[in-house]
Amino acid sequence: MQSELMTLTGVSHSFYTVEGETTAIQNLDLTVYEGEFLAIVGPSGCGKTTVLSLMMGLISPTAGSVRVFRKGLRLGYMLQRDHLLDHRTVEKNVLLGLEVQHRLTEESKARAFALLDKYGLGEFRSYKPQQLSGGMRQKVALIRTLALEPDLLLLDEPFSALDYQTRLNLSDEVYRIIRSEHKSAILVTHDISEAVSMADRVAVFSARPARLKELVDIGFSAALTPLERRAQPEFHDYFDRIWKELKP
Amino acid sequence: MKHTAISEAHAVFLRRVRRDARIVVLSRIAVLLGFLFLWELGADLKWFDPFILSSPSRVIRTIVRLYQDGSLWLHIGTTLLETVLGFLLGTVLGALIAVLLWWLPKLNRILDPYLVVLNALPKIALGPVLIVWIGAGMASIVVMGVLVSLVVTTVTVLNGFLAATDEKQLLMRTLGATKLQTFFMVVLPAGVPDLISALKISVGMSWVGVIVGEYLVSKAGLGYLIVYGGQVFKLDLVMASVTVLCILAALMYYAVAFLEKKVRN
Repeated sequence: MQSELMTLTGVSHSFYTVEGETTAIQNLDLTVYEGEFLAIVGPSGCGKTTVLSLMMGLISPTAGSVRVFRKGLRLGYMLQRDHLLDHRTVEKNVLLGLEVQHRLTEESKARAFALLDKYGLGEFRSYKPQQLSGGMRQKVALIRTLALEPDLLLLDEPFSALDYQTRLNLSDEVYRIIRSEHKSAILVTHDISEAVSMADRVAVFSARPARLKELVDIGFSAALTPLERRAQPEFHDYFDRIWKELKP
Repeated sequence: MKHTAISEAHAVFLRRVRRDARIVVLSRIAVLLGFLFLWELGADLKWFDPFILSSPSRVIRTIVRLYQDGSLWLHIGTTLLETVLGFLLGTVLGALIAVLLWWLPKLNRILDPYLVVLNALPKIALGPVLIVWIGAGMASIVVMGVLVSLVVTTVTVLNGFLAATDEKQLLMRTLGATKLQTFFMVVLPAGVPDLISALKISVGMSWVGVIVGEYLVSKAGLGYLIVYGGQVFKLDLVMASVTVLCILAALMYYAVAFLEKKVRN
């Protein structure tokens, strides 16, 4: 068995407004293992993003506990939109996180720039974000996250703002990057095909308040890229299984 | 795709763009010359009384006379100094207040209705009070220029800051940024365009404040000349001062617009 990175035990979370109370998550148990790619799918608005916010420590659970198994576990968060800063060049955007965390050294800088080179953005280093396509921008955002050398990546619907073709290509590329950098990752998405094509395990959430309905092990070899996985005959079986689980 | 060699159709297009630009510039000059010509002609042919409406030649003669007796530069210098001071102080103070209100959202909520009222209030209504409080001198006029530009700067800049914050705050939180880092790395750079549009608004506002201030209390300046000219029925003097004012205000506006272009690049 792989070693555990993080465990949620009996986690519930509610949001309060003047109008009332919304329970986003109820009594959720979930474990993330080292080196795995876990996808979370569920109907939109079911509290998937809340799970990532809880893991990231941006919010605290109303009940239950979030347990981290390794001291100093570094988390990297990738948002739905790239949020690149328009007044910074690509390379300055990539260094933003390092700057914020006072970890900007010659070494960390070189590593970040090496990532840009390695994933085909080297020649765009001095460009402004406005000059890049949506897919390239999202890749810059991923490298901004990777520059912080996270052990666990939290991906919050990172492809949903892109057109379909860009989406397929980029998910292939992100998959390759995450695998070759040996990262663990959690992908939140409402797109079943995306989850099946990228993940080792898929956690299916119910409608709000989110509970864990089912954990589906995806048995593809890690060597297959997301696009290749989509062409496998078993792909549709996984898809159908999750589709049925998602039905209310 | 960018081609270095220009196709025939592209050349035609470029010629048309240049021709349109020329037509616009020439028409602008024609409008000005036509206006001046009709004004002068009307005065010469007594369509109206040039004593009341003056004429371009009388305006020029008046400006030359002011220049010869040495008072032109005194009046221009006085008004310009007051306006630049009012503009700079108003902008700097206004921007600083915007930073403070961004930093303390609770304070912003508390003061919001007051800011709305101050923004709606015609600041020049405070003129007579300022003279009593500060005294009948240049200080009152400068404070007037400050007041008129301050509130509009605060409101514009604060809105820019808040818009930038909404967008990127989540990102900065996921990176673990402090409030100070968020301000200097995201909010301030994103707020620069708003700061510049505030400059463009407040440069005009400062002129309003200063001229009204001079109407109320002054011994020199273009506003003083206009009031004085009106009182002793020297309409030539009024028109000459307004003309000079037009030129100065335009120059200052274009200076700010030039600065904007510099900053944007």
